Amino acid sequence: MNNYTIDNSQSLTQWIDQLLNSCMPSWLATTVECLLVGVGLLLVYALLALFYILYERKICAYFQCRLGPNRVGPWGLFQSMADAVKMLIKELISLNHIDKFLFALAPYLVIIASMLCFAVLPWGNGLQIIDFNIGIFFLIACSSIGVLGILLAGWSSNNKFTLIGALRSGAQMVSYELSVGLSILTMVAFAGTMDVGKIVEAQADGWFIFTAHVPAIIAFVIYMIAGTAETNRGPFDLPEAESELTAGYHTEYSGIHFGFFYLAEYLNLFVVSGVATLMFFGGWMPFRIEGWDGFNEIMGYIPSVVWFLMKAFVLSFVIIWFKWTYPRLRIDQLLSLEWKYLLPINLVNLVLMVVIIFAGWHF
Amino acid sequence: MISLGIFGIDNAVMAIVALLTGAALVALALWLAGLISPRSFNPQKGEAYECGIPTRGVSMTRFHVGYYLFAILFLMFDVETVFLFPWAVCLRALGGAGVAAVAVFFAILVLGLVYAWRKGALEWK
Repeated sequence: MNNYTIDNSQSLTQWIDQLLNSCMPSWLATTVECLLVGVGLLLVYALLALFYILYERKICAYFQCRLGPNRVGPWGLFQSMADAVKMLIKELISLNHIDKFLFALAPYLVIIASMLCFAVLPWGNGLQIIDFNIGIFFLIACSSIGVLGILLAGWSSNNKFTLIGALRSGAQMVSYELSVGLSILTMVAFAGTMDVGKIVEAQADGWFIFTAHVPAIIAFVIYMIAGTAETNRGPFDLPEAESELTAGYHTEYSGIHFGFFYLAEYLNLFVVSGVATLMFFGGWMPFRIEGWDGFNEIMGYIPSVVWFLMKAFVLSFVIIWFKWTYPRLRIDQLLSLEWKYLLPINLVNLVLMVVIIFAGWHF
Repeated sequence: MISLGIFGIDNAVMAIVALLTGAALVALALWLAGLISPRSFNPQKGEAYECGIPTRGVSMTRFHVGYYLFAILFLMFDVETVFLFPWAVCLRALGGAGVAAVAVFFAILVLGLVYAWRKGALEWK
């Protein structure tokens, strides 16, 4: 997992595998490999979250003509690190009338959901931790565990704000999950597979957003809107509308307990942009133009992990851009946007995609 | 057939590793916070935070029925998506017959959406 800058990582994992197997029994080697993957996941997860918090704060600052965090380290690079330490040394307040078990369980569910999604993403050439043949389906299934965590957090806190926040969040996330699922379904119909690795490989000659043109673009726009709503961000942040509900479902969580929800929110932002990258923008595949051999060769030199991260960061920028551009929706507007606009458009788009596949009107 | 993830280990094992990693992250951070965070007792501190006003009644209570309607609608369409995924994977292999079969299923579901719409189930009241 420590080979992010090396493009040829498939052979590197094989090399580690052989090295470990040569000096210890195979069950021990497997255990060590599992530990390596676990530690790697943990490190990348934490580092990406720290980076994303700074990324969003800097971008929002520039949108508002401010400088953003700039005291801790050069350009405020260590600000989110300092914030993490601050959260760790805050008191974990024990509350009186809560359901203690569910209250403690909720952060676990939220973090585990985002960690499982995180592990399915294709990080680079051969750098994919879970490679199920129903990968994208597994990802959708895991991401819905997060809703459960949020509902439990709101319910167990025994607070009216958290209850309302959790229910709003639940209604919003399940509604928009339909659009996420259907726009992914449209692309699965085009790709003909649910295997994440194969979807990426199918885009070697052209990203799906180009090869499947109109329906892919419609699906992409719907996916971005629904993905923003899925992560409770941007104009869809009414579950935690601070002017109405103090902090929504995590009002009663203090210190690092609150930090988990914060962490998961930013990681879900990365997961949403990562899925958009793999479904529409070729995952870790470099950008290629037919016939431009020199250009293609230069693009091929950039490691696949860098390609994946760059595309995901650009898409995350778009989602953050939504947040700082549009005003917050009301709950009735939110639900009618999903059920009366996105869902019918999505169903029509699926039919359009089927027509295009059978007529062969794609590249 | 066993499908393999990174290092050639079974995917199910890797999924469990990812799950345990998530749990370990929460447990480790909580343990660390328990070691270094301060602790003080104050009977008022444990009360529900509702902007300083003492809370009235129980909060684990009944809520708006509108959420229930949307949950039911979600269930209907989510199951639809689950049924459509296997068809989408072998769309080309099944050809016209598959499309015709799914079209019937699809039409019934769209009818369901139209019904819910006309009945006003999609209005937030």
